[in-house]
Amino acid sequence: MTEHNSNTVIELKDITKTYTMGEMSLQVLKGVSVEIKAGEFVAIMGPSGSGKSTLMNILGMLDQPTSGEYFLDGVEVARMDQRQLARIRNRKIGFVFQNFNLLKRTSAMRQVELPLVYGGGKDRSKKAKAALEAVGLGHRLDHLPSELSGGQQQRVAIARALVNEPSMILADEPTGNLDSSSGKEIMQIFQRLNREEGITTIIVTHDPWIARHTGRVIMVRDGNIIADRLVADPLDATTAERPSEAEELEELFKEAYNRTDGVPAAFEKAEAPDTLEAEPASGD
Amino acid sequence: MNLIETLRVALTALSTNRLRALLTTLGIVIGIASVVSLTSLGGGVQNYVLSQFESLGLDILTVSSTRARGSSAIQPLNTADVEALTALGEAANIKAVAAVYSVQGTGVMGDSSVSVSVQGVTPNYGTVNDWKPLTGSFITQAQVNESARVAILGSTTVEDLFGDASYNPVGETILINGQVFTIVGTMEERTSTLGTTNETILVPISTAQTRLDNVHIAGKGYRVSQILVQVNDADTVDAVTDQVEGYFLRAHGIANINNADFSVTSATTALEALEQVIGVLTIFLSGIAAISLIVGGVGVMNIMLVSVSERTREIGLRKALGAQGSDILGQFLIESILLSLLGGFIGIVLSWLILQIAGQFLEDLVLSITASSALIATAVSSVIGILSGLYPASRAARMNPIQALRFE
Repeated sequence: MTEHNSNTVIELKDITKTYTMGEMSLQVLKGVSVEIKAGEFVAIMGPSGSGKSTLMNILGMLDQPTSGEYFLDGVEVARMDQRQLARIRNRKIGFVFQNFNLLKRTSAMRQVELPLVYGGGKDRSKKAKAALEAVGLGHRLDHLPSELSGGQQQRVAIARALVNEPSMILADEPTGNLDSSSGKEIMQIFQRLNREEGITTIIVTHDPWIARHTGRVIMVRDGNIIADRLVADPLDATTAERPSEAEELEELFKEAYNRTDGVPAAFEKAEAPDTLEAEPASGD
Repeated sequence: MNLIETLRVALTALSTNRLRALLTTLGIVIGIASVVSLTSLGGGVQNYVLSQFESLGLDILTVSSTRARGSSAIQPLNTADVEALTALGEAANIKAVAAVYSVQGTGVMGDSSVSVSVQGVTPNYGTVNDWKPLTGSFITQAQVNESARVAILGSTTVEDLFGDASYNPVGETILINGQVFTIVGTMEERTSTLGTTNETILVPISTAQTRLDNVHIAGKGYRVSQILVQVNDADTVDAVTDQVEGYFLRAHGIANINNADFSVTSATTALEALEQVIGVLTIFLSGIAAISLIVGGVGVMNIMLVSVSERTREIGLRKALGAQGSDILGQFLIESILLSLLGGFIGIVLSWLILQIAGQFLEDLVLSITASSALIATAVSSVIGILSGLYPASRAARMNPIQALRFE
């Protein structure tokens, strides 16, 4: 492992994050070290309370670690002030959120231009148009969010994340608010951008099905990385068919009625298995 | 982010909540409208008063007797004083000196009688006051010399005695305090509501001093009630006032002007006093009206706080996309300034309407919004916008992007 390899986009070294509330202090991240190279497609997984959101906030430079080092494109960013952080977020990070976070009553073009507005770039409308075309919305430039489907709204958000040519795209549950076909659409776009444009993409998700579309899965639990594996045979979003809800329920019922005491289990959502279905390959 | 972008964002935000924006500005609309209307009304009244005083004559000093402080003795004004002042003449910037001796009198014409102030006047009284006879002629020096029993009637008195203001009574006789007087003229009606009255009878000053009264003062001729000193130029009023005061202080042997048993007043001094009163009143009323501006400012601040918390997610997003704190501060500050300016603009339009309506009822007043009051209103609105937007905007600017993004 070469330090600050030109190929390395993100390097976290022993990152900790402690929240202090009065006399109580809670360590959410307990020394996380990870390296992500240019062009990688990574999923960060973990149950709620695992620290994965905090990790994402630190990766996205919305929050700063209590201790440890964070090199982004070889530059130490862990101790930067608010102004510098805002500038780096603008230039190097493209955010995609679960709830799209588009501005109300604002056209797709204006949404995508927004990072350019804060970055002070030129040729805004040209770049914004190109980004929207890249996500297949070249014909919806003037549409308002209320005139777009959920999938289309998320595509606008992806265009907005892309427009400044960031070092990485950081997507937080990007398919969480979408039906499965829109979710599939979004995963196709991420895969295509990653494959064709080589865009480093990090998806935070709790959905193993989504994680199986990426090339590498980092599992976080109780503030530590408990697994970091490459996905042997990533699913292709254009062809992979998710098992239908009915099939999943069937599995659940089989299990329930197989119980010896004969009491049906509650209709709770099936817990995602901890182990990945794809055979993990050796990570490092 | 440049100003045009900031303006664009603020305008979009305001236009999405048009009704709320309008209601928010209401306090400022009312405040600006009342301040601008009141100052314009004050200005109109001031101009009106000024024009009234100008018709009265800003170039005239009036000398009259007053009771001296701490003394009951008054040395009355007399004809010797009139002659002495006349002698000062052009060298002292004095153009003319007129004198009046008035007595209370009853004029009788057939069955009608009026109780009026009968004013004995010098022949130059008419020209000094710029008051002309309508019919006949004014009192002449010859009539004064012989203390002639001739009278000139004011227009109201003509109407009171003859039942018709346009009646020409020249040549007829009336009884004044039981003595027969020949009417030699009538005076034109004075439109000014200040100063000389139309309800009067003018006679030669000597006639009033000797026939209607007997006010001989040994060695000093006769007593007079008022001396009118007309100056060459209104600008010299103050200098001539000093000279006239100096003369009477010497003549009456008084050292301190505060103990004087006479007063020298001019329309200018009265005008200044009145202008000051009107000015203070205008400021006072505008001050009360300005309170609603403060209320309006609080309203804007309130809505800006609501707007900031409503748009917490948007602020978080903007910060995530690279907005600096200063960008967010500018965005909300501009929005609040725009709101206040909108209020100020509507307020100016409203006050224009108010003045148009007021003008229908107050025909004598010229009411218009001055450029300065419109400018001040605009400046005040911007300041209110800045003051009331500063706190909400800085709250928005300091927001933590993570918490802002999670805000439901």
